[in-house]
Amino acid sequence: MARQVFAYIIHKDGVADDTALELIAAAGKLDPDASVTAVVAGDGSELDSVCNEVASSFAEVWKIDTPALAYVTSEVLRPLLVRILPKHGIVLVPHDHFGMDLAPGLSIKLDAVYLTDAVDFEGIDNGKLKAVREEYTGQVSTHVLSDISEGAVITVRPGSFKADESKSGEGNIIDKTAEAIEGGLPGGACRFLEIVEAEVGDVDITKSDILVSVGRGIEDEDNLEMIHELAEAMGGDVSCSRPIVDAKWLEKSRQVGTSGRTVTPKVYMALGISGAFQHVGGLKGSSFVIAINKNPRAPIFKVADVGIVDDILDFIPELTERINELKG
Amino acid sequence: MEILVCVKRVPDTSENEIEVNRDGTDIERDDLVYSVNEWDNYAVEEAIRIRDRVGGSVTVVSVGDEEAEEVVRREMAMGADKGILLSDDAFEGSDGRGIAAILKAEVKRGNYDLVLTGAQADDGAAQVGGMLAAMLDWPFASLVNFIEFVDDKKIKVGREIAGGNQEMYEIDLPCVLSIQTGINEPRYVSIRGIRKVASLEIPVHTARDLGISPGSVGEAGAKTKCLDYFVPELGDGAQILEGSTDEIIDKLIELLKAKGGIK
Repeated sequence: MARQVFAYIIHKDGVADDTALELIAAAGKLDPDASVTAVVAGDGSELDSVCNEVASSFAEVWKIDTPALAYVTSEVLRPLLVRILPKHGIVLVPHDHFGMDLAPGLSIKLDAVYLTDAVDFEGIDNGKLKAVREEYTGQVSTHVLSDISEGAVITVRPGSFKADESKSGEGNIIDKTAEAIEGGLPGGACRFLEIVEAEVGDVDITKSDILVSVGRGIEDEDNLEMIHELAEAMGGDVSCSRPIVDAKWLEKSRQVGTSGRTVTPKVYMALGISGAFQHVGGLKGSSFVIAINKNPRAPIFKVADVGIVDDILDFIPELTERINELKG
Repeated sequence: MEILVCVKRVPDTSENEIEVNRDGTDIERDDLVYSVNEWDNYAVEEAIRIRDRVGGSVTVVSVGDEEAEEVVRREMAMGADKGILLSDDAFEGSDGRGIAAILKAEVKRGNYDLVLTGAQADDGAAQVGGMLAAMLDWPFASLVNFIEFVDDKKIKVGREIAGGNQEMYEIDLPCVLSIQTGINEPRYVSIRGIRKVASLEIPVHTARDLGISPGSVGEAGAKTKCLDYFVPELGDGAQILEGSTDEIIDKLIELLKAKGGIK
């Protein structure tokens, strides 16, 4: 019998997330013979449009339709999934803010192996899956062996697998709601209240053509002045990676990344930024990326078009001076 | 409010470039600088702030050897009231599930209202908090960047989600929360502060103390295993500009002009 793989579909406003098609590719790499089922949870017409959308790509779609999931929270969803998922199945979940919330507990409740943040799969041998992960923000990679013969929950890094748009599924949508909610709705101890939208800052970096973006390599708040000076010389705006916001040196609205803003500048200067995938995930479109970092193996050099291996504290003032000379 | 914070000793990535060792079995650990996992440090700071507002005590716990004790002591110097080290040969080589099982046993020995972990670690998988909550059958929220005490039965919690937005929840105690960086500004720990706690005893709890059968954790109980370490391929990667700083700047300025990077 073909191995059963389930792909959890994240969606918003009635549209499936980009990761939906990436999970098909991931499932195919995990086991080319697997039968892949999309699992979609939500409420009403928005849920239906997501189901119809993914049914054209997946062989089968399971849906859980209840007002309790009008806003999907992992504390409500997790017990429902445990009720419908078969023992020993393989469950793929995107490794994002939702997957990180849902998946560790799901693996315990399914008594399945948990493998997180996989970026590639290299085959199954004797029930053991060989997967690739990254550690230390991508400075090193590891091969991880997991015994998946009795089931597994695997989170997959968004963007690691190229979306599989080729397959045309049969559009078979199966309503699993009754089975899922039999025994009552859980999650009473954790009550969703509301979404608080991110504050809008003084500069909207999503509209900038030139971004001069600074990371941990700046070392000290006082050194930020040189970043502002370079941005001014280039005619761009200053943005940053997470550690700069955590240190409260710049406001959250200037943060590029999956938990910050998604930006599409023409030119993106990554200065002293290591290039964690959460940061790179905030760069969309066809930006020309210039990375300057003193660590030649910083992962940012993987995504940059042009790299310079140097300490930004030495390099930036010289660059700014030369640009200013040029402009007279 | 009785709060337990789980912390881990990790190589400090802001102090080290991480490289693979010669035979690819591990990272190169000679000369590494270690520290407390950054996320965990925010969790300890948050626990101390909650205690200072509503009373109670903060206990810091770590699974590891005597070197992990230094990390626990550092967090006590920050202001945690108690430290506990969970240490046993049987714990070595535990995967995330094994670590969660060991921590669960310690949680069960106490009378905690709130258990905090870091949301992730640089050498980890963002898994222990969520697993621990599921093992305890307690509610869980990850990537927490806001905590407000409502009353002694519940708290209000914010989770960081995409785009800098925040999900707000009301959660009944006891619960497990994994803490995101940036939730607060962790206090500085002075040498003097560390000296003050240098002689405090940190009890060590073993597998036997915790009632854990040795085969269920450690390498024997691990269902995931790291085979090797390697340097990721750079793929196409960046074109690295070389030469003197002046030459590099010449090339860079030409590129910036061509790509619209100078207005």
